[in-house]
Amino acid sequence: MTNIVRNNGALSALLGSKTSLHTNRRWALFASYACLIVFVIFFLCPPFYMLVTSLKTNAEIANLATNPWLIEQGITTEHYTHLLTETAFLTYFKNTVIVATFVVAITMVISVLAAYALSRLSFWGSGVIATGVFLVYLVPDSLLFIPLFKIVGGLGLLNSYWVLVLVYPTLTVPFCTWIMIGYFASIPKELDEAALIDGANHMQMLLKVFIPVALPGLIAATIFAFTVSWASFLYPLAFIYSDNQMVLTVGTVTTLIKGDVFHWGGLMAGALLAAAPPVILYAFLMDYYISGLTSGATKG
Amino acid sequence: MADVSLTKLHKSFDRTEAVCGIDLEIADNEFVVLVGPSGCGKSTTLRMIAGLEEITKGDIRIGGELVNDVPPKDRDIAMVFQNYALYPHMTVFQNMSFGLRLRKYPKKEIQRRVEDAAEVLGISELLQRRPKQLSGGQRQRVAMGRAIVRNPRVFLFDEPLSNLDAKLRQQMRIEIKRVHQHLNTTTVYVTHDQVEAMTLADRVVVMNNGLIEQVGTPGELYHQPRTHFVAGFIGSPAMNFLDCKLERNSGNLEVKLGDMLTLQVPADRGSRYEPYVGRGLVFGIRPEHVHEKRAGEDAFAEVMVNFIEPLGMETMVYFTINGVELCGRVSPEADPRPGQTISLTIDIGKMHLIESETNLVL
Ligand SMILES: Nc1ncnc2c1ncn2[C@@H]1O[C@H](COP(=O)(O)OP(=O)(O)O)[C@@H](O)[C@H]1O
Ligand SMILES: [Mg+2]
Repeated sequence: MTNIVRNNGALSALLGSKTSLHTNRRWALFASYACLIVFVIFFLCPPFYMLVTSLKTNAEIANLATNPWLIEQGITTEHYTHLLTETAFLTYFKNTVIVATFVVAITMVISVLAAYALSRLSFWGSGVIATGVFLVYLVPDSLLFIPLFKIVGGLGLLNSYWVLVLVYPTLTVPFCTWIMIGYFASIPKELDEAALIDGANHMQMLLKVFIPVALPGLIAATIFAFTVSWASFLYPLAFIYSDNQMVLTVGTVTTLIKGDVFHWGGLMAGALLAAAPPVILYAFLMDYYISGLTSGATKG
Repeated sequence: MADVSLTKLHKSFDRTEAVCGIDLEIADNEFVVLVGPSGCGKSTTLRMIAGLEEITKGDIRIGGELVNDVPPKDRDIAMVFQNYALYPHMTVFQNMSFGLRLRKYPKKEIQRRVEDAAEVLGISELLQRRPKQLSGGQRQRVAMGRAIVRNPRVFLFDEPLSNLDAKLRQQMRIEIKRVHQHLNTTTVYVTHDQVEAMTLADRVVVMNNGLIEQVGTPGELYHQPRTHFVAGFIGSPAMNFLDCKLERNSGNLEVKLGDMLTLQVPADRGSRYEPYVGRGLVFGIRPEHVHEKRAGEDAFAEVMVNFIEPLGMETMVYFTINGVELCGRVSPEADPRPGQTISLTIDIGKMHLIESETNLVL
């Protein structure tokens, strides 16, 4: 809302228009909604296509003469039943939940502690380490998976989903630490000093002041860590090959693509079901994503 | 309650020396204001007393106890910051009680203390609000409340009113004074605003370049400044300064301002100024001691008015002598106009002479 109002001011300045503020505002609202609608349509197309395809019979999917956007030959749930009863989809799902939960927990503990140390306890080399942390994140995982394969092989962890719990934090911790450093750095130094005088030690300062104040950052980092551990494809493909250890991304694909035969209906159903938890999680966390929480700490 | 004593206190950051060895004794219950231009080391001094800044050299004692290596929370002090530093995620009650809760005070005691402090500061109805729902003045009160509830031995204030508008600043100044009269806690207060310093302080400490220029009551600083800096810093508008020479003329001392103006030094200052005859000096006189010539007075100079500042009760006139712009205070009845020539008189008894080399007031 505020954005729209602000745009409005900028807009009228831009156009140098003599129209009243009210008309201007209406125009700006209209333009904003038009843009948003185009955006929404663009981004809802793929999920809609997935949903439609997952409810079609195999015969209709295969028939090139039909309209791909509409279900013309009757709705079927056969792809969903097949997926849930005759494949290891539920096992993949369970494994993915376990991996994601552990990765998020490990990531948040490490990166919050690291970010606190790097942003507030100015020790020898802290600046270099803070930069280093971010540089580490820039190394692409497609470069890392071969050396990592040797390492986890040496540890005897190959073909177990615990390897992912070990490996994913190498991606998530640097980035989350970097986000949290940014958020912690934006907390005014006087706030620590007030807490210090009030009698807080470092742990209390972190738990009672920093984490609550930087909650929006914490949630952003959590979402990132969750997304990485839920949606990563390369590492499970490289490190895991048994069905009972497999996770959703690779599992769905390997089960439903046999050679050059694509089970489109099942693939779409699997993709939709796999995408549901992140969507629900985001929607839930967004409610708590109250930005501007820090305003009011110091002079307005 | 406790006294605070600073001995040969030094603080250097990497290369810059912020505080260059200051000695100061602050008595129990005293309200001391550190004042000086921005960057003179006031905050650094205060933060060393708080324990937020390590001491490079020297000693700090609170209540006789050496606290150089005591962490802030064990110094039994409370600090109010310029930007309030309230915890944004806590209500006013939680903000004020945070220190007590960390120190594991009983719930009833916390409740009582917070309510008492809120009562004193007039913020009882705000206890359940969050900082961002408060105005600047209310936030400042909460910040003070947070300091008061702990009932510390020393209050430290770092420019607490700088973020408020002029009217609110005056209100809060009175508020702070009232709280101090009520609690009588030793207070060290930092400000760059000399009016704030003069109105609040029992004693004012004027700092400049990391050193103390003078310590004294507001009256002493105003009437007997010790250095050129203090003479210029205290008082508003600032004291007028003119280069001058001291000469002897048939037994009497005279101050010569350029070629044109000569002033008779009052007889009682004769012996004080005697040794400086012939030396380069600076003549200082406050604007309030330069006024329009009244009947029976000798004119000090006929000057042309550059511009005026009517303040209602009085009118400030600005004029130029020897290329230096000076200020005087005349009564509104004199009704000076820019461009007009007026006769001015000086309260010669209120003059100061400053030695240029040492910057000391003679
Ligand atoms: N953390 C710091 N690091 C380096 N220099 C500092 C630091 N804090 C203050 N200074 C320097 O010390 C001097 C005094 O600062 P300060 O005590 O804040 O002045 P003020 O009288 O305005 O409160 C200034 O020159 C400032 O630049
Ligand atoms: Mg300061």
